[in-house]
Amino acid sequence: MALLEVNDLRTHFRTDDGIVKAVDGVSFSVDKGKTLGIVGESGCGKSVTCLTIMGLNPSRNTISSGEALFKGENLLTMPKKQLRDIRGNDIAMIFQDPMTSLNPVHTIGRQLVEAIKLHRDVSSRNARARVLELLKAVGIPRAERRVDDYPHQFSGGMRQRVMIAMSLINDPDLLIADEPTTALDVTTQAQILELMNRLQSEFGSAIIIITHDLGVVAETADDVVVMYAARVVERAPVDNLFKRPHMPYTWGLLGSLPRLDADMERLTQIPGQPPSLLNPPRGCRFHPRCPYVMNVCKETEPELRPISDQPGHLQACHLDEQTKDREAAKLVALAETG
Amino acid sequence: MYRYLIRRLFWAGVMFIAVTIVSYIIFFLVPAEPARLICGAQCPPDQVERVRKEVGLDDPVYTQYLRFLGGLLPVGIHPVSAKTPSLGNSYATRQPVNEIIKEAAPVTASLVIGGAVLWMLVALPLGILSALRPRSLLDRAGMVFVLIGISAHPVWIGLLLIYFVGYKAGLTPLGGYCDMVNPSTDCGGPIDWAHALILPWITFAVLFAALYVRMIRANVLEAMNEDYVRTARAKGAPEWLVMRSHVLRNAMLPVVTMLGMDIGLALGGAVFTETVFGLPGLGKRALEALEGFDLPAVMGIVVFATVCVIVFNLIVDLLYAVIDPRIRLS
Repeated sequence: MALLEVNDLRTHFRTDDGIVKAVDGVSFSVDKGKTLGIVGESGCGKSVTCLTIMGLNPSRNTISSGEALFKGENLLTMPKKQLRDIRGNDIAMIFQDPMTSLNPVHTIGRQLVEAIKLHRDVSSRNARARVLELLKAVGIPRAERRVDDYPHQFSGGMRQRVMIAMSLINDPDLLIADEPTTALDVTTQAQILELMNRLQSEFGSAIIIITHDLGVVAETADDVVVMYAARVVERAPVDNLFKRPHMPYTWGLLGSLPRLDADMERLTQIPGQPPSLLNPPRGCRFHPRCPYVMNVCKETEPELRPISDQPGHLQACHLDEQTKDREAAKLVALAETG
Repeated sequence: MYRYLIRRLFWAGVMFIAVTIVSYIIFFLVPAEPARLICGAQCPPDQVERVRKEVGLDDPVYTQYLRFLGGLLPVGIHPVSAKTPSLGNSYATRQPVNEIIKEAAPVTASLVIGGAVLWMLVALPLGILSALRPRSLLDRAGMVFVLIGISAHPVWIGLLLIYFVGYKAGLTPLGGYCDMVNPSTDCGGPIDWAHALILPWITFAVLFAALYVRMIRANVLEAMNEDYVRTARAKGAPEWLVMRSHVLRNAMLPVVTMLGMDIGLALGGAVFTETVFGLPGLGKRALEALEGFDLPAVMGIVVFATVCVIVFNLIVDLLYAVIDPRIRLS
């Protein structure tokens, strides 16, 4: 049994303009100790998917359906108390912006201790010892002294380390990292990813890493889900996705990676804008931007189905496999030769 | 910390001088003859002249101003000796201004402190609850109250309360003040004091309660959308803990500032409320002194009000450094 199994998850927001279908039938699963990358453009529903799993969307205007089975229990329908016991204990989350994710009026020590005491009946002394242990594990220098500092006394990278320490403090089975490196500068990004990889092998948590950066996925993930306009368009083991991508949108993402070695005048980009989720296009949602668009794409939405010889590789595109293999091979060849 | 305090006190001194100079200049710009007012309408010209000399009104403005500042010092210069700082004597009653303030300040303080307690008792729960349930019935009712509170003039509210609660229902006195500690012949003691002040407190608190409901609601709404509140929920914190430890703590920071400044400002006199209820507070006294061109009394109240504002601002700043760790006094 998978650790987390998400089936046909839908999250719709009621707004003044109508219903925004931010997540519209998303399915995937994460196995124990594995890393799943979720990639896609801004606003494609990656973050909302994870917030829905955690039950952190504003309840007032949100309608969620489908299921998110964590160890066989549906997180979407369980009582609030039971969900609270899971949050921060079995499933923890790291957010995008470490500058605003920590409470400015409490010391980081207090915030970390709070995370422990919400789930464990431990003495303050033991909680503090555990906090120091974690702060050292994530590489905060002079942790004994810094534990009583306030968030504003830390740099962005250090704050994200604190957030990681907070998320791992109760030894969760699943860690959801929502663009954990986006707000950080490049050298710090590499350190944080390195740290997450190291801690995963140490703590054995499964990780869902949300990102728009395929480089991050290549470095960390075992499996990848590509999302476009609130839906999953491709799902594959990471090697497959980079060696044999089977969806024109994924090609676009791979083609727009900046490369230092390539002798290109400019980055290839995906033309047009992501569609509005208030009123998504009929048929394949990518068809208005797709260079390979056919008549069928405008009418019928392609199903997510496995490639004939690769049952673990799912994709949603009407294009025939020969064409896709040919185009994918071209793209990979281009990437390899530069 | 000490350097900060010294700097603050220095600027408080500068502000004090500026406020008093401006008050003096305004007073002497008004075409009136205080000496004639002191002496009375039937006074012959030579008498008026004598009064003018007696109270020093024939000296240049700056001499009068320096004499006023000299009176405030705790030491005398000719001869050098310790003395009580004095605000001078009233032109109208010859009463020392120190005494006028000593009598009027407790009245205003009773009104303002009690009013502040009342408006916070209303504004805190109403503001927080309407932020928790935006667009609910309570929120909408709260916003109607805010609109009325901001639009309705305290004099009108006061008169309505006096008519309906005091006169028709006979539940409270119609006006006047009862001393809390020194009972006079007709009333006194804490119970009479509170009884007489109920209507003034309500009248005074309505406007501020309305303003604070709106401010607290906005701050709580804003704080609830902060990322760190989401972090707290993601940790598994129950809603009451999220509210208490993460939302309210942050949402109340600006409220503390406003409260300190508003109380400091109001202590200088709540003119409307004091006038409607005939409370002998600083606001009413200031109004009377202005009408009678009683410069020492006006200056005394201005000085007292300025000191209140300065002191409360300082308290707020010092308190802020304690409750908001991002502010460090250096």
